[in-house]
Amino acid sequence: MFENLTNRLSRVLDGLRGRGRLTEDDVRGALREVRMALLEADVALPVVKDFIERVRARATGAEVLQSLTPGQAVVGIVHRELVAILGAPVPFELRARPPAVVLLAGLQGAGKTTSAAKLARWIRDTQKKRVMLASTDVYRPAAIQQLEKLAAEIDVPFSAPQGAESALARAAAALEDARNHSIEVLIVDTAGRLAVDEAMMDEVAALHQRLEPAATLFVVDAMTGQDAARTARAFHERLPLTGVVLTKADGDARGGAALSVREVTGAPLLFLGVGERTGALEAFDPERLARRILGMGDIVGLVEAAQSAEIDQGAAADLAQRLKAGDGFTLADFRAQMQQMQKLGGIGALKDALPAKLAGKADLAGGDRTLRRLGGIIDSMTPAERRHPELIKASRKRRIAAGSGTTVQEVNRLLKQFAESRKMMKKLKGGGMARLMRGLGR
Amino acid sequence: MFGPRKKSADEQPKLGFVARLRAQLNQGDSFLTRDVRELIPAGRPLDEELLEELETRLLLADCGVDATRHIIDALRKQARKERIVGADAALAALHKILTEMLEPVSVPLEVDATQHPFVVLVVGVNGTGKTTTIGKLAARFRAGGHSVMLAAADTFRAAAIEQLVAWGERNQVPVTAQAHGADPAAVAFDALEAARARGIEVLLVDTAGRLQTKQNLMEELKKVHRVLGKSGAGAPHEVLLVLDATSGQNALSQVELFNEAVPVTGLVLTKLDGTAKGGVIFALADRCGIPIRFVGVGEQAGDLGEFNAPEFVAALLGDAG
Ligand SMILES: Nc1nc2c(ncn2[C@@H]2O[C@H](COP(=O)(O)OP(=O)(O)OP(=O)(O)O)[C@@H](O)[C@H]2O)c(=O)[nH]1
Ligand SMILES: Nc1nc2c(ncn2[C@@H]2O[C@H](COP(=O)(O)OP(=O)(O)OP(=O)(O)O)[C@@H](O)[C@H]2O)c(=O)[nH]1
Ligand SMILES: [Mg+2]
Ligand SMILES: [Mg+2]
Repeated sequence: MFENLTNRLSRVLDGLRGRGRLTEDDVRGALREVRMALLEADVALPVVKDFIERVRARATGAEVLQSLTPGQAVVGIVHRELVAILGAPVPFELRARPPAVVLLAGLQGAGKTTSAAKLARWIRDTQKKRVMLASTDVYRPAAIQQLEKLAAEIDVPFSAPQGAESALARAAAALEDARNHSIEVLIVDTAGRLAVDEAMMDEVAALHQRLEPAATLFVVDAMTGQDAARTARAFHERLPLTGVVLTKADGDARGGAALSVREVTGAPLLFLGVGERTGALEAFDPERLARRILGMGDIVGLVEAAQSAEIDQGAAADLAQRLKAGDGFTLADFRAQMQQMQKLGGIGALKDALPAKLAGKADLAGGDRTLRRLGGIIDSMTPAERRHPELIKASRKRRIAAGSGTTVQEVNRLLKQFAESRKMMKKLKGGGMARLMRGLGR
Repeated sequence: MFGPRKKSADEQPKLGFVARLRAQLNQGDSFLTRDVRELIPAGRPLDEELLEELETRLLLADCGVDATRHIIDALRKQARKERIVGADAALAALHKILTEMLEPVSVPLEVDATQHPFVVLVVGVNGTGKTTTIGKLAARFRAGGHSVMLAAADTFRAAAIEQLVAWGERNQVPVTAQAHGADPAAVAFDALEAARARGIEVLLVDTAGRLQTKQNLMEELKKVHRVLGKSGAGAPHEVLLVLDATSGQNALSQVELFNEAVPVTGLVLTKLDGTAKGGVIFALADRCGIPIRFVGVGEQAGDLGEFNAPEFVAALLGDAG
């Protein structure tokens, strides 16, 4: 559905290669593509405009002018700028006299309650602290029960005050509970609310005042559109936000909302929610999020996903190992990955994780077809060719195309894309290896 | 069961639904009216600069790159044919274009009274408002004189069953549920049998939220659909996909992939009471043509309205319609 930015910019700029200088028109054209890509990724328009101004100057610099592939050079600049704006990862540390309070707020259905449970589990397990959960959602039916059940599931104490009927009374009682049980971290869930609902915004401001949280986290759905900027600003005006949790990042949403929220509030992105289960919480990684927003895929995440799904563990671990070494990724591996990914979650998950070029730009139905064709091409190669694609010259290409019922152009395209992703993986080596359960069940 | 209520559209002075929706949509910054009227002083023709401004507004409303281009192109074409001068003329022209895009998809949901029960399967990604919409629909069908039953086929999310049961109590309609973790298809099937046995007219089936890219969960949904179908009489008679107006372009992927798994016959757009504009429906109308049945404008039982194109556009543009 969304075309990869690299493809679009290559189309606009690579024809100009070697001309030595780009005209103002060329740059404008390239920036238009960047703008559209960011808008399609749901980055808020004012944020897009600022961003474009930032890259404009650099897009006319020597880096692009002297590049053999000006399109990719621009992508590089855009990517770096995005990473810079998203900000370096900040460790989630709670420095406060216990109980340190973590307050979660956000729109209806954003994922606050689920994230509260995930955070409780994460803090307890990684920071070895005594954690308690509390709910102040006295509005939505069964909202309190929801958190209570999640707390029981992860075996974290839940504050269930008797007779406390308002959100504020429940918060006060929870603080009391936490003190009585020598709790180190108290995580307080709140009801979903609209930024334009003044009574409800007053309530959350009062909760903040009463609880004096060490961390006030804005929970935002990765699928959010332009409203993310507006809403984040409004929340930030009433609540000094100290961090952001981006939920539902396990789907195919590009997550431009993360950039909008980060720009508008200045609060650091801390965590990504990557599933419905309480373990599905990931530390924020700017490199990966930037690639995602640009539609550039995440091959390392894909491999690790295969690994964690315990499907063909040996092969996956092996491959991950070789990928970390930065070489040795062969077409045979690629073929095996394709088969595994089909087992894991099919084309949806695959498209999410692969660069758009490899996954095929067709619609999703067509995507599976594209995959089968790609698979057919690789199947028609000899083992040696799969290990050493540089062997594949013109006559071999014709044979492979005939064998797979495809065309030499398609074979060429596959080889080119494969070479690119191999290069990309070399760059990825080391960094960004956190695990990603994308596309794997809940 | 229900705690104190938030400020709700219910409690506002008795306005018509449209007026309420309009008032709510115009809270905060109305995305077009304010600026456009400032921008287009009387006598100024609709030129490229103004078109660009309008384009900006449409993008800000989540209309998306493609649909926005389509709309602006149409407006430009019209401005070439007939001189469009001043804010009112520009807004009227835009109103007409937007309405015409939505008209084909504003088809209300009709309960087929010959079906006992008429089965509505409610699906969507996580947290869009499926369960709440079912609560609202139950109130609506009850008010329309139908007997209603709810089926708690979200057996996954913590307290999802309790949430639906609460809505059942509130509307005084029965809820069929099994234990947490039960097979959703089995719950749906049992509910259908129970509804049939009791002569219930409308059965509303709640399902767990699922991201459209999760193949295993989409398979689970297909199974629910299939099992309902096996029990005969063309069930489910309506598959409602619930979309969150706050969502951006991902809504297109949601519609595409859900529709691939189970034939979606209607859409509901929730949370239009916030500052989100729901402009993605223009792209949806453009691409998929699935009827938009209802809009959600709050968290209470009464906060549901039938989708209607001219009203929706009028609400979006202010009173220019
Ligand atoms: N796939 C996925 N689903 C999530 C994630 N986080 C939350 N959810 C789901 O999103 C839905 C809403 O989550 P909740 O935690 O209830 O959201 P909330 O913000 O507390 O909602 P309200 O209290 O009603 O405003 C549920 O179905 C969750 O299981 C995530 O990271 N990935
Ligand atoms: N403001 C507003 N809130 C809504 C509307 N519809 C639903 N909500 C709220 O959105 C949140 C999520 O609603 P649910 O009905 O639980 O959503 P769901 O789709 O059933 O969620 P899952 O089952 O977890 O996937 C709740 O806090 C609802 O009160 C609406 O039209 N306007
Ligand atoms: Mg909640
Ligand atoms: Mg639900």
